[in-house]
Amino acid sequence: MGRRVLVTGADTFWGGRMIQALEGDPDVDMILGMGSSSPSVQLERAEFVRADQTYSTLSRIVRATQVDTIIHTFLVVDSTLVRPRVLHEINVIGTMNLLAAAGAAESPVRHVVVKSSTLVYGSSEKDPNTFSEDEPRSSPPRTRVERSLVEAESLVRDFAEDNPSTTVTLLRFANVLGSDIVTSISKNLSRPVCPSVFGFDPLVQFVEEDDVVRALEFVTRHQLPGLFNVAGSGRLPWSEVASICGTHLVPLPPVKPALALRPFIQLGLFDFPPELESLLRFGRGVDTRRLVDAGFRYRYTSAGAVQNFIRSLRLRRSAGHRPETYTYEHDVEQFFRHSPSVVVRGGPAPPGSFGPGGS
Amino acid sequence: MRTLLRQIYDPVYSKWFRAEWEGLEKIPTEGGALLVANHAGAIPSDAPVIMHGIEKELGRPVYGLADYFFRTVPVVGTLWSRAGGVSANPDNAYRLLHDQRQLAVVFPEGTKGPSKSFTDRYQLRRFGRGGFVEIAMRTGVPIVPIAVVGSEESMPVVFRLPALAKLIGVPYFPITANFMMLGPLGVLVPFPAKFRLRVLDPVTFDVPPDQERYSKSRVMDEVENIRTLIQETIFDMLRDRRSIWFG
Repeated sequence: MGRRVLVTGADTFWGGRMIQALEGDPDVDMILGMGSSSPSVQLERAEFVRADQTYSTLSRIVRATQVDTIIHTFLVVDSTLVRPRVLHEINVIGTMNLLAAAGAAESPVRHVVVKSSTLVYGSSEKDPNTFSEDEPRSSPPRTRVERSLVEAESLVRDFAEDNPSTTVTLLRFANVLGSDIVTSISKNLSRPVCPSVFGFDPLVQFVEEDDVVRALEFVTRHQLPGLFNVAGSGRLPWSEVASICGTHLVPLPPVKPALALRPFIQLGLFDFPPELESLLRFGRGVDTRRLVDAGFRYRYTSAGAVQNFIRSLRLRRSAGHRPETYTYEHDVEQFFRHSPSVVVRGGPAPPGSFGPGGS
Repeated sequence: MRTLLRQIYDPVYSKWFRAEWEGLEKIPTEGGALLVANHAGAIPSDAPVIMHGIEKELGRPVYGLADYFFRTVPVVGTLWSRAGGVSANPDNAYRLLHDQRQLAVVFPEGTKGPSKSFTDRYQLRRFGRGGFVEIAMRTGVPIVPIAVVGSEESMPVVFRLPALAKLIGVPYFPITANFMMLGPLGVLVPFPAKFRLRVLDPVTFDVPPDQERYSKSRVMDEVENIRTLIQETIFDMLRDRRSIWFG
């Protein structure tokens, strides 16, 4: 019997990407996407349910669908995206409710995958050059997003301890760059000027967005338990990243750089979330040997991720933005999936799965 | 960047300090080794002299393990890391010595060495808490002690301003003889004291590597041995020194 997978954050970039990747996997019988707004990408056979992250909804969904795998992509790692309160609600309370539902008595869930970030290592002068998975962070978390991720991870660890029969995988991703993802770093790099802190040229590490999805898929398929760093190999100086991207670095005063930048942030000329400040001072590197030893092969190095990002940015600049063609229409999607009038082509569909919907 | 820094520093090394080595053959030509030396002079020149010197004479890079504080200083921290400096984090040291089999230099006195005043010159301070011996045991590399003479006179500390240091958040704020004689330029210019460096016999420990813990008393014994060894050698070298400036 194939697997039944629940993906959180189906309306976000990662959830959508992850569902698309799983749809091509014949071993996956059922995919259920969950999100608080409509999905932004076209889904072929996945079901989508609009739900908030409260416990009662989650446990009902888990029980009713008998999912055996949960992929939790809905952790916010960029504090410019949501307000602080919402950040805490999503990262901590959302994760808590999800894990509570997954750990309920007679729960069908056998595997939980959580997408976290290397932000949990922080970035300080006391850091080692490369963090291995078991290394604790060397300074207490100072920014909201780091605090919430550290808290969410501790919930995951507690869950793993309380439910020894469930495989728990925690992936920590480095800063992502790629052809489609928009983060505060990618926004900075795509402008003519980009912030840096005067006198600091930190080594930073990136991971390409396709490698992120492939890593999530890899651990899901192989049911690898444990904690893994995911990042492209090598680190490169921030000044080099900027020169590859053809942007000019604006050195900010080393004392309270965010203060000097505030008017410009408000005008939308810079993105400078607090978690970026320490990164631009001390950088961050992680050891990726554990996932590589488990058999995962990266397509891109850190520098390759930057290259790929700037190449697609150049294309977008020259050819304009790709038009957004897809809007989710609930009734239409339901019709394609459940109406007896829809003819399923491409061989007999195994019971419990859904044929390729029309498009 | 690194080549440029080395080119700039070379005349300082060979013309200004006229550094001379003894026993360079005792430094392993391959495999990891932890070099341990005394540390002195308000802005200590012994670190660049050792790092540049060994790379020049033996063709092997030496990575300097330094206080975390270095990384927080704009410009200096970046230059230092480009020149081969690394935060003295046990994990960094392990990677350098064990995984990459490189040479690393550490000054166990830490900031206590350079911050001591000129009246205490060549009196070694406490050698930390023995982390350097532990890391050598864990990685299974030898410790090569180096005694340096000349660094004390290159930038003598006349007195310190602890209150000011606390205010601006630095480990110590020395007023040096250089500063008093040359003004602000004295921060950058050390006196041309003659540098002599003597490499001592490598110290090995017959303990199994990669242990979680090592006997603290054993570690502290070894620390004290190495400290005494360097201290005795320095006194010995000072007995033979005729002039501060010409050796």
